Amino acid sequence: MSVLVFVEGEDELSCQAVTLGEQLGTASVLMFDGPYAPSAWARELAGREWEVLVGPGSDRGNEVLAHVAAQLDLPFAANVTDVRGDEVTRVRWGGTLLEEARVRAERRILTAAPFAFEACGDPKIDVTLPELDDAVRVIEHLAPDTGGKVTLADARVVVSGGRGVGSAEGFGVLEELAALLDGAVGCSRVVTSAGWRPHTDQVGQTGTKVSPDLYIACGISGATQHIAGCKGAKKLLAINDDPEATIFAHADYAVVGDLHEIVPAITAELRKARGA
Amino acid sequence: MCVKRVPITGGRMVLTADGQAIETKHLGFTISPHEECGVEEAVRIVEAGGGEVLVLTLGPEEAVEQLRECMALGADRAVHLVSADEWDAQATAAAIVDAIRAEEPFDLIVFGNESADAGNYQVGIRVAYALGLPVVTGLKGITTADGRARCEQEVPGGRDVYDVPLPAVVTVKEGLNLPRYPSVPAKLRANRKPVDARPLERPAPRLEKLRLVVPEGAGKQAEILGHGPEAAPRVVEVLRELGVA
Repeated sequence: MSVLVFVEGEDELSCQAVTLGEQLGTASVLMFDGPYAPSAWARELAGREWEVLVGPGSDRGNEVLAHVAAQLDLPFAANVTDVRGDEVTRVRWGGTLLEEARVRAERRILTAAPFAFEACGDPKIDVTLPELDDAVRVIEHLAPDTGGKVTLADARVVVSGGRGVGSAEGFGVLEELAALLDGAVGCSRVVTSAGWRPHTDQVGQTGTKVSPDLYIACGISGATQHIAGCKGAKKLLAINDDPEATIFAHADYAVVGDLHEIVPAITAELRKARGA
Repeated sequence: MCVKRVPITGGRMVLTADGQAIETKHLGFTISPHEECGVEEAVRIVEAGGGEVLVLTLGPEEAVEQLRECMALGADRAVHLVSADEWDAQATAAAIVDAIRAEEPFDLIVFGNESADAGNYQVGIRVAYALGLPVVTGLKGITTADGRARCEQEVPGGRDVYDVPLPAVVTVKEGLNLPRYPSVPAKLRANRKPVDARPLERPAPRLEKLRLVVPEGAGKQAEILGHGPEAAPRVVEVLRELGVA
């Protein structure tokens, strides 16, 4: 089976795509130089020889391969976790549900669902500069001033709050704990809809997908919308006053009780331990 | 504005006995969060610059509820492609293209970046190719002026900017704006706005759903570190074990 893998670089999701490609056959790996121009990149990929085209399950991976599929009028299975001949398992609902599906085509186009495959070590990557012609492309990049703070997507610790926090002001204790851990503050969709936090803080299927070493979920019930955004965390600590909350079924560690008492107590204990 | 009816899933996925769908007996329905922002943006653009918002869906008869909700938010009229079956992305795009051609011209054709349920990430892009239009995806900001759209897409470390001529296809993400809540008079007005319903037969799928499966993994046994603030010392121990404190 001849396999072509599109990668964005040597990032984690791209290396996971290479792993899937190597599972399926003899894989060559291609990345692009120059400004991001999905239709032009896709045209280059569409013109190469392959039986299976694989990409990372990132925004750009899914976008570029959707362009290829549209150009060639082929089906495209986004975010697969497993491939068995012409059958695939792919994620739905941000990974809280799986679909088994059959790809009815001679040439298959697939992206590797994030964290469904181990990242390969050191892929051999060919780099090409595609013809852009008049393709739509990025003309400018805006980098926000984060004030030196770690971003939600990059943080090793995320302290996240849900409906149980109760108000915008209630996030003060979460901010304090996050600052002490060099972490970032996140929140659930209920919180952004209520206007307590900006959408940039939202973790979830339609917010940021995070993969910290530790995710601390405070007053979050555990709706699938939210789990889809934090299931990449290596460990999850849930703090909730409802012992029946769904979040505990996704947690490695649990503290039952009022977050408004528990979070400041953790902050105080941490300060005490560091002072000693 | 193209939307899709999806269930409000809550905390647990429960499937029908045949494994073909989510059991929705006890669930409400909505459109995807990305699409709520798309409707809001479309209405704002028309409020500011004039014109009309058409909302389009492919879905079962009950999906007229979602079309009414979109019209309560300010859309002017609706086209409902009626089919009880679930369509794959290629067939969905083809049906939408036919419907758009029957209603042209449009300046902007808006989709959610991906549907909440199937998450195929491709219908808007396929529609753009079929209509020969430029497409930009995942927008968190859009301004239109002088026949062009300046589009901002969220990427790691900031935003990428695109500039495309209209007409164009865009797909949007939640966070683009904070959608309004419909007022009672707006809901009443929505009931009188026109819905053009057209029954459609589903073509043979090329990405054929065989069955749905609830993933293993949920149902972890959490280690209980304690109850109330007295748990704090144990929590700090764990933070140190994990190397984050």
